Amino acid sequence: MPAQANDPVAMMRRRSRLAAIMDSDLVYSFLHSRITIAAAIVTLAIVLAAVLAPWIATQDPYDLRVLDILNSHNPPAWLKGGDPQFLLGTDDQGRDVFSTILYGSRQSIAIGVMATLFAGMLGISLGLIAGYAGGSVDAVIMRAADIQSTFPAILIAMLIDGTSRALFGEQRNEQVVFWVMVLSIGLSFWVQYARTVRGSTLVEKNKDYVLAARLIGIRPVKILFRHVLPNVVGPVLVIATINLALAIITEATLSFLGLGLPSTQPSLGTLIQIGQKYLFAGEWWIAIFPGVTLAALVLAVNLLGDWLRDALNPKLR
Amino acid sequence: MRLKFSALMLGAAMALAATAADARAVKWARAADALTLDPHAQNEGPTIAFNGQVYEALITRDNANKLVPALATSWRLVDPTTWEFKLRQNVKFHNGDALTADDVVFSFQRALAPTSDYKGYLANTKEVVAVDPFTVQLKTNGPNPLVPDNLTTVYVMSKKWAEANNATKPQDFKNKEENFAVRNANGTGPFVLVSREPDVKTVVKRNDTYWGRGGSPLEITELTLTTIKQDATRVAALLSGEVDVVQDVPVQDIERLKASPNLRVTEGPENRSIFFGFDVGSKELASSDVKGKNPFADVRVRQAVNSAINRQAIQRVVMRGQSVPAGSIVGPFVNGYKKEYDNVSPPDVAKAKGLLAAAGYPNGFSVSLHCPNDRYLNDEAICQASVGMLGQIGIKVNLLSQSKSLHFPALQNLKSDFYLLGWGVPTYDSDYIFSFLYHTREGTRGGWNATRYSNPDADKLIQSLSAETDLAKRNATITQIWDKLLADQVYVAIHHQMLAHAMKNDINVPVRPDNIIFFKDVAFKKS
Repeated sequence: MPAQANDPVAMMRRRSRLAAIMDSDLVYSFLHSRITIAAAIVTLAIVLAAVLAPWIATQDPYDLRVLDILNSHNPPAWLKGGDPQFLLGTDDQGRDVFSTILYGSRQSIAIGVMATLFAGMLGISLGLIAGYAGGSVDAVIMRAADIQSTFPAILIAMLIDGTSRALFGEQRNEQVVFWVMVLSIGLSFWVQYARTVRGSTLVEKNKDYVLAARLIGIRPVKILFRHVLPNVVGPVLVIATINLALAIITEATLSFLGLGLPSTQPSLGTLIQIGQKYLFAGEWWIAIFPGVTLAALVLAVNLLGDWLRDALNPKLR
Repeated sequence: MRLKFSALMLGAAMALAATAADARAVKWARAADALTLDPHAQNEGPTIAFNGQVYEALITRDNANKLVPALATSWRLVDPTTWEFKLRQNVKFHNGDALTADDVVFSFQRALAPTSDYKGYLANTKEVVAVDPFTVQLKTNGPNPLVPDNLTTVYVMSKKWAEANNATKPQDFKNKEENFAVRNANGTGPFVLVSREPDVKTVVKRNDTYWGRGGSPLEITELTLTTIKQDATRVAALLSGEVDVVQDVPVQDIERLKASPNLRVTEGPENRSIFFGFDVGSKELASSDVKGKNPFADVRVRQAVNSAINRQAIQRVVMRGQSVPAGSIVGPFVNGYKKEYDNVSPPDVAKAKGLLAAAGYPNGFSVSLHCPNDRYLNDEAICQASVGMLGQIGIKVNLLSQSKSLHFPALQNLKSDFYLLGWGVPTYDSDYIFSFLYHTREGTRGGWNATRYSNPDADKLIQSLSAETDLAKRNATITQIWDKLLADQVYVAIHHQMLAHAMKNDINVPVRPDNIIFFKDVAFKKS
């Protein structure tokens, strides 16, 4: 290692690679947009806080043994009657709102990311197949997409959620619900990926490099994923970022409607739903803090998606 | 002539204006709708409370819980096993049919049908006969002094109407059947059904030919029941003037509403206790990680749950004082209640853990709790708080909260291991609790006993109650039964519920222990 580190050629090569990245359009446009930097910081802060929740949080709100109902409905620490132990106050079950936001964001982000990944994988695969195969395969896949896009995403998510309730019944515990949410949100967002990827694939598949690859006998699957996919991935990244924000919002909506995670393991939407019951009673902190967190996260991710779209689109420059 | 005519017109207009000011439509909001309009399908508070606007029983209760005549003008014991009811004459059903003894006999028989949920009220009935068009006799197998107390919620339907519409048998609610009477109604009551959209809104209008018009103001021209499940939305609807009466005010909003100058809040205790029930009879619990045996079959586990629940905390925090912590599921309004039943020892985690360990579960176990989220005051919050308390002794509870329209069939189809239930007592007698909740599930009894509890000794004593004429002796038997049942702890009581109604200033409806609002008695306050 030390020998290598001192090797001037390797050092130069490394520096030049870093320089190349720093010199790229993407980084340039990022560093020259203050809003994007702010959005990135907010996103990073919330994601980090969520990931590190077990170390940052002052209480594990999912551990029923540490909850004491006599601590419930406490206002934030700086208000009269507040307890310094509970920075942002407590909810109706004595959960520390600050800790619950951290754990709740963890659930919301995890479900959002998994759902986006799932929708992306499904949509990209179907889009590639439809675009490359053409003919009746294309027609079937794209008509299915057309039909699904006439249903609002939240409705599809609710349908799948309801079906899972009937299927699992008693066995519907937290783990099951988590994956049901991923599935139901993911399934409602795959259409956009499929359409975009199909369009790009149609353009790419007649280009010379693809024809050459076919000529030397490479299998279609390999052509699709090794040759076509890298060339259509730009727009997919943009959709994925914007979909992540949508997925988080959908998760919050489902939880708000009581269809999401069990109320003993609140996500941001569940917390807002609990909080809105106490708004008239003047206990605003249960709904407002998780609401602000959700709004900030979704707005920041959306801004990042917007920036990515502009940065990756040469026609907009 | 012209002057006279315009004077006449003016007079008419003034008369019209006067009635318009006195009488108006009222919008009534509640968290939950009536489950069905079939008067004999579901013995459930909100269902009885709504159907009571349209249908009537032979006897009813006034605001002081005293029995008063409704469709029957008088009743008496002819011999020890025969009660005779004289019916009110000139009473018409909403479709114009006259009420006769045949309708009453039909209704009682309907309430005794296998799919009826009202069998418990008529347990021990031998036969019901029409002596003449306005006299009905109810014969019991043994002497039963409490027959009139049991009849206040057994509503009377028109025989002709039920036969014409193929609704002679009550709806089989728990198996999701429907009949004509589920969405249509034809009673004798002060309000006539206009339209019905389950869980959205139901409209009734004033019955202008109501027999009791002289006795009640009957100033409401049209009454609309709107279901608003969300607490905050329901309160907001009242604050914005969209609805006139909210029957179930969320406890956290009582202070806020009291402070509003345009609103009136009435409060009072309800004759209803909230409690947890266990499946004590199954070989194994479907939702538990304990296989091959049923932890709840062991009384020590039930006692451990009892010791783990902090009722004072629930009263103070979840109910904000709107409840009376309870040690048994029998409340102060009920004959057979004893103050010492409500002496609850403070929660004791160490003792509870000891009991669990002694029963063979030192590390606890897991189980699902079924909880309604739109039926009782803060029902879901009570469950959640209890989940936390049970977590402290090692019982890991998976909370399944759902609407009462799913919760109640789950209980009646024995699909629950552990559940929350509230029980009101329309008859004001312990026998009603015994018959529905403790007696083995068979025949006319045990209809809401979802615990699979079966105690033949207690059953025998319970059956003896309806044949005991000596009230002192009967009360002694009731105490004896309670002593037996409370020792077995098949239910863990939480509290007796208190209620608050909120309404516009010109309306004043009191909270009755049966949580029924009789809208025919509403007289608008002239300002």
